[in-house]
Amino acid sequence: MIPPLARLWQPAALVLAIMLLIALPFGLERYGIYILSLWAVTTIAAIGLNLTLGYAGQISLAQGAFVGIGAYTAAIMTSAGWPLLVALIVAIILCFAVGWLLGYPALRVQHHYLAFVTLAFSTLAFLVFRNEQWLTGGIYGIFGIPRPTIFGFSTRSAQAFYYVCLGALGAVSLMAWWLVRSPWGRAFTALRENPLRAQSLGIDTRRYTLMAFAIGSAIGGVSGVLYAPLVEFVDPTPFSLVLSLNLLLMVIVGGQGFFFGPFLGALIAVLLPEWLRFTKGYYLIIYALVVMLLLIWSPSGILGILDEALTRRKTRRASALRAAARPTLDEGRAP
Amino acid sequence: MASFMSLVIAGLATGAIYALIAIGFSLLWQTSQTINFAQGEFVMLPAFFVLAAINAGAPFWLAALIGLVISVIILGAMFKRLLVDPMLRHGVLPLAIATMALSIFLRESVKEFYSAEASPFPSFIPGTTIGFAGISVSLQHVGVVLVAIASVMALTALLDRTPIGRQMQACAQNPDVARILGIPVERMIMYTFLINGLLVGIASLLVSPIYLAKFSSGETLGLAAFIAAIVGGFNRIRGAIAGGFLLGIADNLAAAYVSTQYRGAVPLFLLIAVILLRPQGLFGKAEERTV
Repeated sequence: MIPPLARLWQPAALVLAIMLLIALPFGLERYGIYILSLWAVTTIAAIGLNLTLGYAGQISLAQGAFVGIGAYTAAIMTSAGWPLLVALIVAIILCFAVGWLLGYPALRVQHHYLAFVTLAFSTLAFLVFRNEQWLTGGIYGIFGIPRPTIFGFSTRSAQAFYYVCLGALGAVSLMAWWLVRSPWGRAFTALRENPLRAQSLGIDTRRYTLMAFAIGSAIGGVSGVLYAPLVEFVDPTPFSLVLSLNLLLMVIVGGQGFFFGPFLGALIAVLLPEWLRFTKGYYLIIYALVVMLLLIWSPSGILGILDEALTRRKTRRASALRAAARPTLDEGRAP
Repeated sequence: MASFMSLVIAGLATGAIYALIAIGFSLLWQTSQTINFAQGEFVMLPAFFVLAAINAGAPFWLAALIGLVISVIILGAMFKRLLVDPMLRHGVLPLAIATMALSIFLRESVKEFYSAEASPFPSFIPGTTIGFAGISVSLQHVGVVLVAIASVMALTALLDRTPIGRQMQACAQNPDVARILGIPVERMIMYTFLINGLLVGIASLLVSPIYLAKFSSGETLGLAAFIAAIVGGFNRIRGAIAGGFLLGIADNLAAAYVSTQYRGAVPLFLLIAVILLRPQGLFGKAEERTV
């Protein structure tokens, strides 16, 4: 029934988007490339949160703290002369372990209680970043974080480092794509939809809840490891509760539980301040207002609304086909 | 010992304010399953209504009254009509997320349209200190505790002694049965939102002279109120009061004896401990888990 062209448009759009992302830096100035890199880094953090929240259904207000842990790990280790790759591995292990521990409260409490526990963790992490001056440099932060040299190529230029971020985004996306299609991903969804039923089907909900937190947090750490050399400066301010709230709103706005939701949500969150630059400080007001209106319309986010509209169109087309076929089948009966 | 007592009394004053905010917070949860993440911003905002009225030339008492009325209208009625009513059908979590967006909206609006700086705020009670049995006590702290206790007593009297109060309790306990009994559930829920608007207004008048009126002050206040409500027990007004006082005292003692840098961490550890060991709160009753 479906013509082959219609089935091809999705992969075609994906290839086009990837080509555009690779070609874009050639048409952009330094600042534009920086914004694009920031989008890639933010998207990685949002993908992690989407696994925890969108697929496994565990709300977390601590993703910003994990980005912070990753960023500080990278900053401290590369300043001490370690290569970024080692910092990346350390950050992944560290965030995975801390995320695993943070998952334990989720075994006991759900929903809004979980939101508050993770919120408390986020605030604690911020206090540590700010107060442990011997380690994190306190409010003055850490300056001059070097960008890495990969296979002998220096990534000091904005463009080169953009490709590092894009490559990391690609790798994380592939991993997440594989994960949500693996039995693990299905177990996550089962956990979200009906934990009791999942358990009765023999899914170890305990382990998968902890896993959902640990994996989501580790991906947040990856995002932080890239953030530090991107900005070349780390201080506590960007990793306050506001980042966690923003990441949560990104996932919600894009569409939680949709694979491309975080990409879209991060795009809006990173680009909106640039587009609304003429409104000066009002952009956050406008952003918050738009988010509220969107949530009132549909809490499933932009992709959720699109998905609904597509399904409705499909049903309408199908019923139109049925209606056209009906007179030949049973004439005269009222529809 | 004398300084210890002074700290406890200062803690009681902060705790009384936390309790007021936490009561409103748990009232909304009980009657309409609203987790208001913007509760802290709700306390920050009325102070600016009052300041705006003073700038327009009103005397302080009139400005305070105007501030309370506006906060009941905007933070009570309009909050329910414009955000909670349309969001409630989507469930608890989407509504909670919408109130997070609301908190950003309110905070940034005050910052852009009023001021990003902390503004001094007049007080009803003079800030003089009096000595009593070797303990120096700020008159302002005593006044805050008295006003807060009076507000709580008025509220409990309303809830326990009047027909409207009993109807509101019935709605909180079992809305379906309340509806069958002919109680206008919708109106009762609206009343709790109006009460919350009044409570945050009073809390704002009490807290702003001490901590100044600033756009960002809602973050700490809101967090303190959540923690107080959870530590005390989400489904009991008594719990919110006890949680508020406990938190206020713990907060002040921690600042003096532990470290000022990690003062903010003590309530968080309290929260995590309570959630892990006794999720229904110290004074709350366990809620059945929904499957």
